[in-house]
Amino acid sequence: MSKVRKVSLARLDEFFSAIAHSERLYLPVDTAAGAEYKEWAEGTKWSDALNTVRSAKDFFFPQTENLMDFKMHEKQIEIIDTRRETEDFVVFGVRACDARAFRVLDNVFLAEPVDTYYQNRREHGTIVTVACTRPVETCFCGTFDIDPANADGDVNAYKTEDALYLEAKTEKGEKLLAALTAVTEEADEKPVEAQKALIKERMARLPLANLRPDAFGKDKTSEFFNAPEWKELSESCLGCGTCTFICPTCQCYDIRDFNTGHGVKRFRCWDSCMYSDFTKMSAGQPRLTQMERFRQRFMHKLVYYPTNNEGLFSCVGCGRCMNRCPIQMNIVKVMKKLGGGKQNG
Amino acid sequence: MDNREPLMPTIGVVTDIRIDTPDVKTFRVVTPDGKKAFEHKPGQCAMLSIPGVGEAMFSITSSPTNEEYMEFSIKKCGCVTEWLHSMEVGQEITIRGPYGHPFPVDTEFVGKDMLFIAGGIGLAPLRSVINYCRHYRDRYGKIDIVYGSRSMQDLVDYQEIINEWEKDAGVEVHLTIDREQPEWNGHVGFVPNYVKELGFDTNKVAILCGPPIMIKFTLAGLIELGFDKTQVYTTLELRMKCGIGKCGRCNVGAKYVCKDGPVFRCDQLDELPNEY
Repeated sequence: MSKVRKVSLARLDEFFSAIAHSERLYLPVDTAAGAEYKEWAEGTKWSDALNTVRSAKDFFFPQTENLMDFKMHEKQIEIIDTRRETEDFVVFGVRACDARAFRVLDNVFLAEPVDTYYQNRREHGTIVTVACTRPVETCFCGTFDIDPANADGDVNAYKTEDALYLEAKTEKGEKLLAALTAVTEEADEKPVEAQKALIKERMARLPLANLRPDAFGKDKTSEFFNAPEWKELSESCLGCGTCTFICPTCQCYDIRDFNTGHGVKRFRCWDSCMYSDFTKMSAGQPRLTQMERFRQRFMHKLVYYPTNNEGLFSCVGCGRCMNRCPIQMNIVKVMKKLGGGKQNG
Repeated sequence: MDNREPLMPTIGVVTDIRIDTPDVKTFRVVTPDGKKAFEHKPGQCAMLSIPGVGEAMFSITSSPTNEEYMEFSIKKCGCVTEWLHSMEVGQEITIRGPYGHPFPVDTEFVGKDMLFIAGGIGLAPLRSVINYCRHYRDRYGKIDIVYGSRSMQDLVDYQEIINEWEKDAGVEVHLTIDREQPEWNGHVGFVPNYVKELGFDTNKVAILCGPPIMIKFTLAGLIELGFDKTQVYTTLELRMKCGIGKCGRCNVGAKYVCKDGPVFRCDQLDELPNEY
């Protein structure tokens, strides 16, 4: 018997409503600034835009979060644990690139000692991916062996002309689909297979289809660190940090205290290795130039992270940086320039 | 939810403040019920914080063999350290740790003659190792300590050095200051030159800590004396926020100073890109 369920596109609202009935549901919605994840409510229309402006990392690693509070009494300090068990939630419409990014983040936050803030959200979140029927020219997830038709979701969904086909990939996914039998129906696997074939064909025709990361990876620090190309590549970099904020795998963070007048709140906020004060100490600044900071970001994605994570790259080919960098610099250009003749595409 | 959150500190009480130099104070810290906050190994660090001011990483100056308290020798040089220097006894701070990879005191150092070389506040992390080796004296060979500072007043732990270390059997202390001072009878000159003048035999491990410029020239001097880089250990210091290899700012190449360091053997440093 097929494990595939389907819901007709005409009945999507009922489907979303059924999920939202038992847990919070977030999905991409079109806004003037592009697609953004919003909480679903009656009347919310799902956008199947190829990608959201910001990645889906916010669900597990929010831009700002309160880590703990302190109360100060004369010389005494009271530490207040502000952590609360997260409620279950569903993120619908995640693309395969962003879904792989969760694995990249897991390797950082769930490695010992485990970050309990991240772990808590991760345990309570169920990911429903939607296969990319129409990948675009900035897509290069295939470079990192990501298959947009077979994502790392709890449920993988496939959209056809008239229906959404759903396939559970994990226990969490099975649980979600089991609760939705009233609004879904049993379906044949054939339309899913047809979608997979179609996506494969479209992927192969993308301009970056032949870009390979093989020149980079584990233990290649000495091959690239002193490459003369870094200078030219980084020359126009403004150090604005946009690439790090929209990147689904960038996870550098800062910890800052804010005195409210009634106590101190300690926050964790996204930070960026592209910023000049990121590594600045009272004793000096190890990365003085933008070239060094630029090099750090790309070396981390292509060499350092793979060195520490069994060869896994920390770029997922989502293409956001290609669309958003104000000077049109991006990781594809870096790979082509540094990889020399070893790069195609 | 797992309650062991690594970023969550505990409370420490400052029970003693010693003024070492015009800009270095040593703070004694215990838990509110008078115990050690946690166990550590020589060379490891801890995150200290004053909520509202900030959190920063410091090497633990006291030896793990001290069962009553921990000590931190801290130089005044930024926001957090300035605040710490303004504290009075009885003030609470927050503390978390221990962090980092310690000196191999129970493996590679065992049975060896030891040469400690420190400059300025660089003695702080070494004091933990020196006192550990003094405590387990029969596990190690001869101990030489070369320590230099700008002036006599800038020598950290001066009382402990002259009252305890210099009196130990098999421990030789070689002090030096950068410029002549009327009340100083000892050696005058920079640490790297003094190390070369002393001309140590190479059958020992050397442990270096101090400003980067001192480390650079002292290491060159040791190589000249015939030391191999595999015999020389040092510690690195970079800006840190988390202390657990996640916030992404203290890396040198693929290594994080907070968890893979701060202790590195000099041949291991050669494998890292030159970015510190």
